[in-house]
Amino acid sequence: MAKNAGGVVFERVTKRYGEVTAVDDVSFRVAPSELVTLLGPSGCGKTTTLRMVAGLEPVSSGRIVLGDNDVTRRAANERDVSMVFQSYALFPHMTVLENVCYGPLSTRADKPKARELAHAKLSMLGLTGLEHRLPSELSGGQQQRVAVARSLVLEPAVLLFDEPLSNLDAKLRRRVRQEIRELQQSLSLTVIYVTHDQEEALAVSDHIIVMEGGRIAQQGTPNELYESPATRFLADFIGDANLIDGDLVADSGRAIFCAGGVSAPVRADGLGSGPATLALRPHRLRIVDADEATLSGVCKRAAYLGSRIEYVVTTAWGDLLVFDGEGRTMRPRDEPISLKFDAQAAVVLRR
Amino acid sequence: MNSTALAPAVLAPPLRDRPNMVAASIALAASLIVPWAADGGASALARALAGHWTLWPLMGAVLAALLSASSGRDGATAIASAFGVAWTFGAGFVEGVTGPAFGIGAAIVLTALTVCFARALARQGYFGGDTTVATLVVIIAALLTIFIFFPVGRALLSAVQDAQGRFALSLVTARLFTADIWGVGCLGAGTRCGVAINSALLAIIVGMVSALLGLALALLVQRGGRRYSGVLKLMSLLPIVTPTFVIALAIVVLFGRTGLITGWLDHWIGIPRSRWIYGLPGVALAQLLSFSPIAFMILYGALTAVSPTLEEAAQTLRASRARVFRTVTWPLLRPALANAFLLGFVESLADFANPIVLSGNFEVLSIKTFFAIAGAQHDPGRAAVLASVLLAFTLAAFWLQQRWLGRLSYVTVSGKGDSGIPARLPRGLWLTCFFTALIWISFTFICYAVILVGGFVKDIGRGDMTVSFSHFAAGFGVEWGSRGLFFGGSAWDSFFTTILVAAISAPLTALIGLLAAYVITRHRFAGRRTFEFLTMVSFAIPGTVIGVSYIVAFNVPPLELTGGMAILVLCFVFRNMPVGVRAGVAALAQIDKTLDEASATLRASTLRTLRQIILPLLRPAILVTLVFSFTHAMTAVSAVIFLATAKYNLATVYIVGRVEAGEYPLAIAYSSVLILFMAVVLLLVQKAVGEARLGRRTTNLLVTGH
Repeated sequence: MAKNAGGVVFERVTKRYGEVTAVDDVSFRVAPSELVTLLGPSGCGKTTTLRMVAGLEPVSSGRIVLGDNDVTRRAANERDVSMVFQSYALFPHMTVLENVCYGPLSTRADKPKARELAHAKLSMLGLTGLEHRLPSELSGGQQQRVAVARSLVLEPAVLLFDEPLSNLDAKLRRRVRQEIRELQQSLSLTVIYVTHDQEEALAVSDHIIVMEGGRIAQQGTPNELYESPATRFLADFIGDANLIDGDLVADSGRAIFCAGGVSAPVRADGLGSGPATLALRPHRLRIVDADEATLSGVCKRAAYLGSRIEYVVTTAWGDLLVFDGEGRTMRPRDEPISLKFDAQAAVVLRR
Repeated sequence: MNSTALAPAVLAPPLRDRPNMVAASIALAASLIVPWAADGGASALARALAGHWTLWPLMGAVLAALLSASSGRDGATAIASAFGVAWTFGAGFVEGVTGPAFGIGAAIVLTALTVCFARALARQGYFGGDTTVATLVVIIAALLTIFIFFPVGRALLSAVQDAQGRFALSLVTARLFTADIWGVGCLGAGTRCGVAINSALLAIIVGMVSALLGLALALLVQRGGRRYSGVLKLMSLLPIVTPTFVIALAIVVLFGRTGLITGWLDHWIGIPRSRWIYGLPGVALAQLLSFSPIAFMILYGALTAVSPTLEEAAQTLRASRARVFRTVTWPLLRPALANAFLLGFVESLADFANPIVLSGNFEVLSIKTFFAIAGAQHDPGRAAVLASVLLAFTLAAFWLQQRWLGRLSYVTVSGKGDSGIPARLPRGLWLTCFFTALIWISFTFICYAVILVGGFVKDIGRGDMTVSFSHFAAGFGVEWGSRGLFFGGSAWDSFFTTILVAAISAPLTALIGLLAAYVITRHRFAGRRTFEFLTMVSFAIPGTVIGVSYIVAFNVPPLELTGGMAILVLCFVFRNMPVGVRAGVAALAQIDKTLDEASATLRASTLRTLRQIILPLLRPAILVTLVFSFTHAMTAVSAVIFLATAKYNLATVYIVGRVEAGEYPLAIAYSSVLILFMAVVLLLVQKAVGEARLGRRTTNLLVTGH
């Protein structure tokens, strides 16, 4: 059922509400059978972008192409997309079956045909036996599946997810996101997925687009975004990071980062000498013996979280967040701690 | 793609608008075969052929609209249909009495052309490109224009016309600035005040006292817990089922010259009989009893919305009961008090029924307006001037409520409520509230008792308490005639007409009001705010003003409606429509907008979304509106007293007539029948739908002109 010729092209789209520019000159492409995530803090324009693809918000300028059709001026019901809403938006006065049949009946399929399509999707999502319940009689996870079934039944060229997991509890969230990913891969669906949760984005995406203030901050594979963030914002937003302001001294392939009178070798990534920011992941700072240390400090706070111990260590580079692995003994406050990191483990950003 | 897949849907918008071709065809067909004018007879085409040349441009416009719709030229369709409508109205008004009155044919042609115009506009990109929204907005705006703004404007215009219909601006100053209207003699000089000053004085007294009464009872009931929930039910029910003059009737029976209490006072204490009740004291008393329940409902709602945690916070900060009330509760209630005052003010100004029974020589605007047009003087110009003064007062109050109170409110409408126990009132305040409420409620009970008993005794107005069924026999006699049941009673005609008119207007009111609420809340389009304002402002227009306006505007062709039943229905529909709008807006706020969006992304058109999703979920609001407009149509007096005729008489108008003729017992008997009938209808509906909380949602309205 590969019905996805062309994917999505979003070309220089701007959305203004009066004086406020919610989405500012944004362009991206979504290849067929790919799951692309729009990621960003609240108010960054990611949901507005998704709603413009769906046709629920008119664009102020720019062009949206689905497959081979320019749909910029078309209403939502004239576009070959479906959406899974954050609240699921299941029709409360209709049964599960009526909800799932709604799309086919809107496109003037006859009733038996609509039923047949609905039953196929319901059994695919493991909802057989719940057809005649009302949405209010289902659990949160079941409601979510009905919403997915209802969107899939039209076999849209593009499926949109707007924060689909935010109404589920933490345990269920992990399972459902795996199910969504499996479904997408097994049916080769083209999906645009919106979330503010970076872990969720890393887990499900082929490709992530990070937005900030209505613009695209960076896009790439999950690995690229995690390992090579382009800005301070991105280093901090995806995963945890210590950000240290200092100076980079680079010559002939070797680079040294200096701040607060302490220097350390780093990976330069082609940056020249000058002011720079070092982004250091907390679990890549290792606690070592005093003679191996790059950096030494004093334990300011410690928190035991089971799978790891989180320290805040006061050093010449400021207060650093450090994760220590499972099974280590916890150090008391005010005890000296020596830290070390690999040159490859840190990212230097132009300041 | 496997075998169960859907056939590829046609997703691109069609080149030609098929519904518009249908609409244009209907316009054409109607202009060819349906009788054009109100008196029946020939179609538009036949009339045009017979020499009525002004219909030719219309025929041309209809044909042009059909042709351009069929070829997909939306711009041309819009222009042609707009021209057709504008020409027809223009020519109709220019011809005036020499032309025909619009009839069924004209209605069909004009409606179809308006639909064509709206859809064609939407396809040009207006109204977000949504043809359904465009049709709803344009049709509702057109109806409001024809049935609210045109007549009111026309009536105000007659303020500057002399008896021959010529314009004379100097007349308006002569009519407007007279001691008759603005005199302030009663405030010290010992002479009488002008009618505007009288009305304003009465309205301010009623507004202030009803707000305080409402506050006292609200504090008692809300802080008293479940003990007083019966009072709450009663107060939410009584204003809905009671025609306003009922209280006035009871007061006459109690305090009139031959009244029960007057008689006792004369007999036991020696206070001589007098007519003191006729005038400011009587009207104020009747209005207070009639309108204070509305103030109570507003303040009860506001008090419930005050989060108990605020008062608990104050208590934990060592505030005494008195200090908690003075520094937290009272300041938070101030906006609601202001709102209650404004409502009482407007209700009093617009009230017609109480003053006509009780005002005596104390003249007020609504009554004076009525007699200017219905009385021996028949001076529409003077009526128009008085009506515009009245309108200015109520619009000012409406404006204040919208602008000033809108910003003043502290109460945020959010779903989450804090739990907590409301603070107890200071002891002195509690006792004050208790005794105020006790007196008020007992007095209300006595009034209703008088009405319920009054129909079954010989003449309660003169203290003759012999049991008698003669009034019911006169009003509601039923006999077995030669053709079966014969409703011989003199009240049956007006009773049946009232039920018929109320039953026809209620569904129309609900339909138009809720559709207006739908487009206001769910769609963004240019002019939405104006549209919303227009739908609501019509409620601030007193019934007296609407009555005068309808008489003046709909008395001559092309819109000649007076004397028929249609004008009664139209009057109720457009006066009660804002109730539907408010109920719809409140209900739609509870329905998540993503449901509409989900429906749209599942390929449903706006019309399908409306039918399949919105309307089923709006069922409670539909019911509230139906019940409210039904009961309001049965209890209203002020507008329809101008419009009812001997042939199509209404219950309330009939009763007012009996009162004016001095036939109190029959009026009282009829009133009790009305109240019981509506109470039964309400209880049946409530039973059918469970706890629908009738009337609760609508209490923030400026409900004018019973």
